[in-house]
Amino acid sequence: MDFLRPASWEEALAAKAEHPTAVPIAGGTDVMVEINFDHRRPEYLMDLNRIGDLSEWEVGEESVRLGASVPYTRIMENLRAELPGLALASHTVASPQIRNRGGVGGNLGTASPAGDAHPALLAAGAEVEVASVRGSRRIPIDDFYTGVKRNALEPDELIRAVHVKKADGPQQFSKVGTRNAMVIAVCAFGLALHPRTRTVRTGIGSAAPTPIRAKAAEEFLNAALEEGGFWENGKIITPSVAKQFADLCSAACNPIDDVRGTASYRRHAVGVMARRTLTWTWESYRGARRVTEGAA
Amino acid sequence: MSSPNGTPTKITQGSQTKGGIGESTLRPDGTLKVTGEFAYSSDMWHEDMLWGQILRSTVAHAEILSIDTSEALALPGVYAVLTYDDLPTEVKNYGLEIQDTPVLAHGKVRHHGEPVAIVAADHPETARRAAAKIKVDYRELPVITDEASATAPDAILVHENRDDHHAGHVPHPNIVHRQPIVRGDVAAARERADVIVESEYTFGMQDQAFLGPESGLAVPEEDGGVHLYIATQWLHSDLRQIAPVLGLPEDKVRMTLSGVGGAFGGREDLSMQIHACLLALRTGKPVKIVYNRFESFFGHVHRHPAKLHYEHGATKDGKLTHMKCRIVLDGGAYASASPAVVGNASSLSVGPYVIDDVDIEAIALYTNNPPCGAMRGFGAVQACFAYEAQMDKLAARLGMDPVEFRQLNAMEQGTIMPTGQPVDSPAPVAELLRRVKAMPMPPERQWESSEGADVRQLPGGLSNTTHGEGVVRGVGYAVGIKNVGFSEGFDDYSTAKVRMEVVGGEPVATVHTAMAEVGQGGVTVHAQIARTELGVTQVTIHPADTQVGSAGSTSASRQTYVTGGAVKNACELVRAKVLEIGRRKFGSYHPAWATAELLLEGGKVVTDGGEVLGDLADVLEDEVVEVEEEWRHRPTEPFDLRTGQGNGHVQYSFAAHRAVVEVDTELGLVKVIELACAQDVGKALNPLSVIGQIQGGTTQGLGVAVMEEIVVDPKTAKVKNPSFTDYLIPTILDTPTIPVDVLELADEHAPYGLRGIGEAPTLSSTPAVLAAIRDATGLELNRTPVRPEHLTGTQLSEG
Repeated sequence: MDFLRPASWEEALAAKAEHPTAVPIAGGTDVMVEINFDHRRPEYLMDLNRIGDLSEWEVGEESVRLGASVPYTRIMENLRAELPGLALASHTVASPQIRNRGGVGGNLGTASPAGDAHPALLAAGAEVEVASVRGSRRIPIDDFYTGVKRNALEPDELIRAVHVKKADGPQQFSKVGTRNAMVIAVCAFGLALHPRTRTVRTGIGSAAPTPIRAKAAEEFLNAALEEGGFWENGKIITPSVAKQFADLCSAACNPIDDVRGTASYRRHAVGVMARRTLTWTWESYRGARRVTEGAA
Repeated sequence: MSSPNGTPTKITQGSQTKGGIGESTLRPDGTLKVTGEFAYSSDMWHEDMLWGQILRSTVAHAEILSIDTSEALALPGVYAVLTYDDLPTEVKNYGLEIQDTPVLAHGKVRHHGEPVAIVAADHPETARRAAAKIKVDYRELPVITDEASATAPDAILVHENRDDHHAGHVPHPNIVHRQPIVRGDVAAARERADVIVESEYTFGMQDQAFLGPESGLAVPEEDGGVHLYIATQWLHSDLRQIAPVLGLPEDKVRMTLSGVGGAFGGREDLSMQIHACLLALRTGKPVKIVYNRFESFFGHVHRHPAKLHYEHGATKDGKLTHMKCRIVLDGGAYASASPAVVGNASSLSVGPYVIDDVDIEAIALYTNNPPCGAMRGFGAVQACFAYEAQMDKLAARLGMDPVEFRQLNAMEQGTIMPTGQPVDSPAPVAELLRRVKAMPMPPERQWESSEGADVRQLPGGLSNTTHGEGVVRGVGYAVGIKNVGFSEGFDDYSTAKVRMEVVGGEPVATVHTAMAEVGQGGVTVHAQIARTELGVTQVTIHPADTQVGSAGSTSASRQTYVTGGAVKNACELVRAKVLEIGRRKFGSYHPAWATAELLLEGGKVVTDGGEVLGDLADVLEDEVVEVEEEWRHRPTEPFDLRTGQGNGHVQYSFAAHRAVVEVDTELGLVKVIELACAQDVGKALNPLSVIGQIQGGTTQGLGVAVMEEIVVDPKTAKVKNPSFTDYLIPTILDTPTIPVDVLELADEHAPYGLRGIGEAPTLSSTPAVLAAIRDATGLELNRTPVRPEHLTGTQLSEG
């Protein structure tokens, strides 16, 4: 296995063009597990740690440009106000040691349905900035996940950053694991209210071959909120609306039975999380109670 | 050859205080362990050493048609590739009680992950690659995975031609051992019952999950022997199994304990010991083997999963009438400790209760599942889970308080066990329950704070699944009984060598035993005993090795009792010799030398009245006093194979728990808020270590209540979750507050009145948590661990 250590982004892109099978590594929290267990023997490993730009973020007028290697710890500490859903999701990633190393770029590169960042990125409506020697492009998050552990990257492309709109309303993230910390998701759910566009977006993790949105649920809820003038009047969402939204979120799942949980449980749990996160965000939007964003 | 790096050295412990028994002296290895300085067996290194690698079966049950090692041998850097055909003697199997485990598979593999071939190479990566190049041609056989498939008329025999000492009395060759216990007249007693409760319980396969994976270093010696540095629980038991396979006399296999990173029963059986020695002797080079976490799940036995069928009766005033039970333990492919686990499960199946009329049967199966053997609690854990669930059901049927119902039926000193053995030391079962119930309850809705909900205090923790929605509190109680020491007539002795001499003007004691320090704190306690008995401050603990007699196993809660007893005994013999020297030298100067009871205290010889007769330094001068002596607890008897009668146990250990849980009833997630424990320890030799053992045992019991389970595919008998990603153990956020109430009622038969403590808290913790979850949810929950799908009715797949 050859170890490539590009000193700059341009060198990295050139190296990736020359060796399309090269596996990029930053925090190593995903790739090293695969290598250690001999699940993967890449011909080339490309260390991106010399490219400082990847560990930086910029808060712009409209959105945040988050470098692919910004560790989860930094997101939790610095971007709670701008990216509340992603900050909550970051809290649930593994252990403090892993959160100090791992970043969103790795989650996107691996594209595992169990990646904790995905539901938050889907709900917030992110764009993935990728580049190659041929130039750079932005892939909407909705088009990014193409199959089980597959994404929309071309072989010569690298993930440079994620652009996420600054929250214009409450966001929430919930994840079920069978332990109270340091656990891979049995399933996860992200929800963001977008009062400016009067839309609600969702993200579901570990309950389908890829991270997905519950589009029918979103459409139902968007219509229900619009019809009842909820965005203006700030009324409590009726239990029947919340239940139908939850049921549609469950129905969006296409889960499997595995050692972590049954398909039936995953559907059920996604529904419960959908209902709860909707309640929390809506209550927050209404200003009827204090915002609860979890501890720490 | 020279000795390797990273092996234990002598530990000398001083003490600012007297540092004797009853004090919470700090463990000498504690700071090293928490600062990362401690050398574990996986840290050992020897110049010019090779790395060993084991090739394991990828299927659970198959004939081996051929093994081709040629490509592996051709790989540069490979020094040896060995299979069954390379074993040097006629002894090709090993085992704790039944020698049924092949060193390397011969013609057949019986479980997933069975060792088939071993490789030595100059780099661990080369060794791994070489192992991957070995071609094994398997012809798969149907798998035996449960009682039905094991005892079906056409069942394949997991072991053909059995000739072990249990073969003659078992009803089927796929049953390792069967122990019935019958006492009284169950049919007549059943007539008196006003309520009868009958249920079937399931206990999942728990792993010891010690953090230091199996590892060791074998160094060939110039005399043709081998020196094995190894993390184990019992050096001499290993030695007895290793030497015949190598074809060496036991004195040519030297063994030294290396740093052990936890054990919990999982190191009672051999793992890589013989493999490392074979490779070292074949290549003439030191060979190190370290399992990674994945391999570790295949490298040691697990706790027996069990099916338990129980029937209890009680009168309407709450007295138990009778009990019938049948306990089926899955022993997996090899016997390991299964026979003894059967003996424990049957003899302790009644629990700490008075029931005169019982009909008990426990069996262990041979299957193609992973081999199961010793783990903390050893057969008593599975039974406790079931009988405590039964107690709650009976109390509910009778409309009684579950604690009062237990207290009404609690055993006490003088109670006759179902084996006919009287309980002849304190058995404060009702008192432990009273104490644990009397502890203050944690506040309601403890997650609420002025900042909103603190999700760390809620089910799901930082995963942020609830802010209080769906959360219901439950409270549950349980109590258990565990035997201490090896039972059923086993000659369960320990040896201690104690030496006393003057070094730099100060009397110093050296304690040398073969006791495996696996984290239990024996090295601390030995120094405390020596200080108490010999009146010294400085005590040196010699590394454990086979240059001294056996100390028995670090298991069965026995080491403080038995090796502690041996150290005490050897100290007493040393003291007598020292006093004899004193009398010889100074007897004529003071009459008290002849007439008074003399003690050694503060480096001096003193009378029981406190008068100082002289300095130990003056008494000893240049003389060295040394004693090596075996010590035994009271003998036990085997259980009758038909009736189960017999004085089989040495001592019992009792603990009670109260569990307080919050259950998210919609998501099926559990947060254990508090696990209060009360335990009788006889005498706390080191109170801090006692609390640590109780909290650790409690947490391990919690693990198998809500998360820990090795999942085996019933179709293939293959392990589905051999990693810490999917075999979950409690984190600190899963570990509740564990208030401990320690009771000290002396057992007059034991050294200092002490009682073995390490296992009892593991028993009652699990059923207490289950009872609390039942209290919160109203569900029956006859299985542990409880998974979210069991609490939400979503266990069935959608097909």
